[in-house]
Amino acid sequence: MANDSNLMKTPFCDLHIAAGGRMVSFAGWYMPVQYPTGIKTEHLAVRESVGLFDVSHMGEFLVEGPGALGFLQRMASNDVSQLEIGQAQYAVACLETGGIVDDLLIYRRAADRFLVCVNAGRLTEDWAWFTQNHSAADDCTLVNASSDFAQLAIQGRNGAAVVQKLTDVDLSAIGTYRFTEGVAGGVDCIIARTGYTGEDGFELFFHRDHAEVMWHQVLEAGAEFGILPIGLGARDTLRLEMKFCLYGNDIDESTTPLEARLGWITKWKDKDFIGRDAIAAQVKAGMPRALVGFELRGKGVARHGYPVWLDGEPLGEVTSGAMTPSLGKAIGLCYLPRDRAAVGQSFEVEIRGKRVAAEVVKTPFYQRPY
Amino acid sequence: MSEIPAKLRYTEDHEWVSVTDGVATIGITFHAQDQLGDVVYLGDFPDEGDGVEQGDVVGVVESVKATSDIYSPVTGEIVEVNSDLDDSPELVNSDPYDGGWLIKIRLADEGELDDLLSPGDYKALIEQA
Repeated sequence: MANDSNLMKTPFCDLHIAAGGRMVSFAGWYMPVQYPTGIKTEHLAVRESVGLFDVSHMGEFLVEGPGALGFLQRMASNDVSQLEIGQAQYAVACLETGGIVDDLLIYRRAADRFLVCVNAGRLTEDWAWFTQNHSAADDCTLVNASSDFAQLAIQGRNGAAVVQKLTDVDLSAIGTYRFTEGVAGGVDCIIARTGYTGEDGFELFFHRDHAEVMWHQVLEAGAEFGILPIGLGARDTLRLEMKFCLYGNDIDESTTPLEARLGWITKWKDKDFIGRDAIAAQVKAGMPRALVGFELRGKGVARHGYPVWLDGEPLGEVTSGAMTPSLGKAIGLCYLPRDRAAVGQSFEVEIRGKRVAAEVVKTPFYQRPY
Repeated sequence: MSEIPAKLRYTEDHEWVSVTDGVATIGITFHAQDQLGDVVYLGDFPDEGDGVEQGDVVGVVESVKATSDIYSPVTGEIVEVNSDLDDSPELVNSDPYDGGWLIKIRLADEGELDDLLSPGDYKALIEQA
């Protein structure tokens, strides 16, 4: 077990330990990488039925006031003005260079009230970046509410059925990337149809004081569906099968959202935001590289940091890689030159000193069958 | 299944060794597979007939989350690699001391067996970790 003395703990920490969670250090937090069931079983539980994730380590910023929309339009790559009340949107925050500070989920709670969910591992940098770019002239308040919130994700095709047992809110009326605020399990929640697994499901934000009662209620409601608590290990394989970027692996301050193939959330043609000029210049000059998904054609498992070779030359590194539990294939992500990034492109991954054939494939690797 | 069978010898790298007629069968321990989690791939084994030295890397175990080298606990010649693991790497988790064995090595020097840990010493090793 990791030495937990310097690590932050979510309000579910004791419950993870009681459930047999194998606790590790992750982004400064003491978190379960898996439970006794194991990563494969946990992964398949989410793909086939439902799983429960503690994602309370993620950060929450509240941006509120008449100028909230304008402030977020400057901070975020996506067009926040397109958000309806009760809708969530994926975006990145960029440096002036176009490099990514973090990826974000922005929830519009009212015309002038937003919640921004950020990565645990980037909370310090995000808060510094947001406050550095915020002034009285923005006419909105910016609050780091991360320590108030607990957050649970209930993911899988039976996720809605589980959450529905805990609330009178009609969940069928909440579409994908929509949310409402209401009572679930007797607790005031933000009930959002969002997630990081590629499955249907919900994320619940609520005050951390209610963590224990909520955990038990969700597991009890999910028992008939075989719900399992899911650790960070399966969270990673699930997101990788969807080619969802992981900050620090696939995206960072040296990658632009266009290189990461996040052009669909980067509205540089439509609006101004920090980093827009650099991104527009990159489009004009020609994008140097693109993030691709690949399958290994030879034996082995490609992992984060393994060298990538193209035409006999070392070119970069695998940004994420794993043997995928759903598909039984060794898959991964890496950057390739833009003109060599098409599906079918062959290249090599160096695995323990040997170069193994790989091929760019269509992503996501996994398609939801319903 | 006992987690540390009394009839086996062990290494600090969490391998077990069983010797019959001068041939060492080598696998990873219950503790090792438990720490690794679900094993998804094994590979990079030498070919049958290859010579290996004590301490050489003789393969790799990959779980969903981790990659772990296998070190030869002895010097000798590779006699056999467990081909069942090609299709069923999960045997290393479900049956680490029997069906999940990895390689067999004909011993060049039985004196090297004295370098291995007794079950009691190995138990002490994993308990202090």
